[in-house]
Amino acid sequence: MTSALTREQHLDLYYFMQLNRQLEDRMVRLFRQNKIVGGLYSSLGQEAIPVGTAYALEPRDWLAPMIRNIGALLVKGFKPRDIFTQHMAKYTSPTLGKDGTSHFGDLKVRHTVSPISMLGDLIPVMTGVAMAGRYLGQNIVALTWIGDGGSSTGAFHEGLNLAAQQRASLVLVLENNQWAYSTPVARQVPLKNLADRARAYGISSKIVDGNDVLAVYSASKDAVAECRAGRGPVLIEVKTMRMKGHAQHDPAEYVPKEMFDYWKARDPIALYEKYLTENKIWDAKTKSEIDARIERELDEDQKFAEESPLPPPELAEQGVYCENGCHTIAADWRRPKQEVMPPKSSIEAVWKVDTFGAMDEAAAEIRQSAASGGNGAKTLAKPVAKANSKAPAKIPAKANGEKSAAPRVPFGRGPKGKTSPREPQGRQGRS
Amino acid sequence: MAAVTMLEAIRQAMFEEMDRDPAVVALGEDIGVYGGAFKVTEGLLARFGPERVIDAPIAETAIVGAAVGMSYLGLRPIAEMQFIDFIACCFNQVTNFVAKSHYRWGAPVPMVLRGPSGGGVHGGPFHSANPEMYFVHTPGLKVVYPSTPHDAKGLLKSAIRDNNPVLFFEHKFLYRRIKEELPAGEYTVPLGKAVVRREGTDLTILSYAAMMHTSLEAAAALAKEGIEAEVIDLRTLLPLDRETILASVKKTNKLLIVHEDTRTGGIAGEIAAVVCEGAFEDLDGPITRVTALDTPTPYSPPLEEHFLPNAAKVVAAARKLAKY
Repeated sequence: MTSALTREQHLDLYYFMQLNRQLEDRMVRLFRQNKIVGGLYSSLGQEAIPVGTAYALEPRDWLAPMIRNIGALLVKGFKPRDIFTQHMAKYTSPTLGKDGTSHFGDLKVRHTVSPISMLGDLIPVMTGVAMAGRYLGQNIVALTWIGDGGSSTGAFHEGLNLAAQQRASLVLVLENNQWAYSTPVARQVPLKNLADRARAYGISSKIVDGNDVLAVYSASKDAVAECRAGRGPVLIEVKTMRMKGHAQHDPAEYVPKEMFDYWKARDPIALYEKYLTENKIWDAKTKSEIDARIERELDEDQKFAEESPLPPPELAEQGVYCENGCHTIAADWRRPKQEVMPPKSSIEAVWKVDTFGAMDEAAAEIRQSAASGGNGAKTLAKPVAKANSKAPAKIPAKANGEKSAAPRVPFGRGPKGKTSPREPQGRQGRS
Repeated sequence: MAAVTMLEAIRQAMFEEMDRDPAVVALGEDIGVYGGAFKVTEGLLARFGPERVIDAPIAETAIVGAAVGMSYLGLRPIAEMQFIDFIACCFNQVTNFVAKSHYRWGAPVPMVLRGPSGGGVHGGPFHSANPEMYFVHTPGLKVVYPSTPHDAKGLLKSAIRDNNPVLFFEHKFLYRRIKEELPAGEYTVPLGKAVVRREGTDLTILSYAAMMHTSLEAAAALAKEGIEAEVIDLRTLLPLDRETILASVKKTNKLLIVHEDTRTGGIAGEIAAVVCEGAFEDLDGPITRVTALDTPTPYSPPLEEHFLPNAAKVVAAARKLAKY
């Protein structure tokens, strides 16, 4: 699996992890100099996850980072200056100073969706991305992350259930860093492995050492391939450790010291450096060249950010709405549009329900009877698509006014030909 | 052409837009095979297929979230809330994800979120909501609440073609109660424009949705007493058509606002401020409002009738105002 990686790709992984770490290290210093106007979150010790997962994507694929996934943004092609300027609220930042941290994206080129601070909401959003990608024939994969804490939200459940029901090409990386702010994972979820949640949605999952970048990459690559083949979604639980507090203000004194010690000995970059050396993928010279390149790039981008202006106050008033042609919205069709237009798109709109929801034994009989020319139900519940023999009229049925004038239609009970008119004042059927 | 109901007009708008543009898709609970709780989407699945008409699980956050993701790839999803009351279940997606997207990072969300709204049908506390003001208070959204079949069709088409997220409220009391002949050809009604429904000189009655009809009924009664009320239908609540409001107040010098939403924090308060800022010296009487009570919508008919505004309440308020 990992042998599929070239030397260059191996070195890429190191470059992005180290770039991630050094960039954040510099931002800690900037924070202490009051040059970062808001909060600062650290992915120290978790760099293998954003880098290893995002590296498994192709340029056409989509991702949506969480707060500790700056490494993924770097892999996707964003520059350190984007991160510096975002945190420093500069006019030159991708959001022009309107939002901070990793809250930015790019729909057109880097296919990156900006997160919001509320956890879980990206899961249904990225499910929608995957659904639209399939609809447009793009064969893309959507990838996003969620924390151990965020996996308790309703949006996580709603999103993953929809993704599973739609067989969406979604890779969800559940980044278990042991802590949701100050609360340990065992106090949030009564499961040893959060990947077990996948079973409840009928989707596949795996558990990976989140501090082993090659394992993360390999699992992600497999998951992306599964999704690309139409067998998504896939949940990957990566076990790791948040090595700092929730954010800069939090010294994380609630974390047992021994726990930090345990994970410090498993630092993902140190482990990977050892691997590269032991497998003779690099030497000291190569490492120092990469490190020097990182320093150079960060020097330049930090300087750019520090010298950048803050936005003009009046900018606050602008951009609430997309108007006056500020964006052109056009889908990138990779399949013939005719396929989704009548008459080709038209179907007989009825449900077929396999085995009627019967218990297993009875279900077998129902299947057997169906096979021998019984009810013919062979598909799972879905609208039956069949060749368009009789496309419905353009506006079927009641286009010319309704025959059954229904003076009173209580909610949820539309006219079924026999809508009960309003009987004695205020009376209606009960649901 | 025969007259059509509001429900049918909305249905026509969706059919025509989906016929016109393959980027338009629909998703929601029971919208496909069943055709929607009110049958607004009846026939859509048969014509456009399950890729474009998606029966979703009962998961409003997922429905709106998926619509956002689709819109990021250039689709124009129409998401249905089975009842608009349930928009509370996805409040976070709507107010934090959808509304702020373009402002924060320049990502337009060309989606429509539509659903049956309003009371008067004994739906009780959870099937009668007028939650428009939560969203009128949310920059980045547009909020539409039509009162006629003609406007419902034309405004929905505009909403689908708009590059911004539009909340489209459909008053369920009006779904099948009013009929109107629609123009034979293609037409749209622009967002953000109010319309004068009845010319008058003595006072202005501002309203929208079901209460627009109540206001017209009241205006007819007032005319018999010699009071000529001008009735304005707001149609779009965000952005608010300040020009039309101010022009009418400058003409009649008296303003009565009628809405079915509850009183405190209803749009009447906002309009009162707009008029004080823009036409204070033109006012000859106190800005007056007739609204629902500040309670949840009660279920039992006498309670709900007491809760809701009606023509008699509007007439009484207008008479008092006209005396100034």
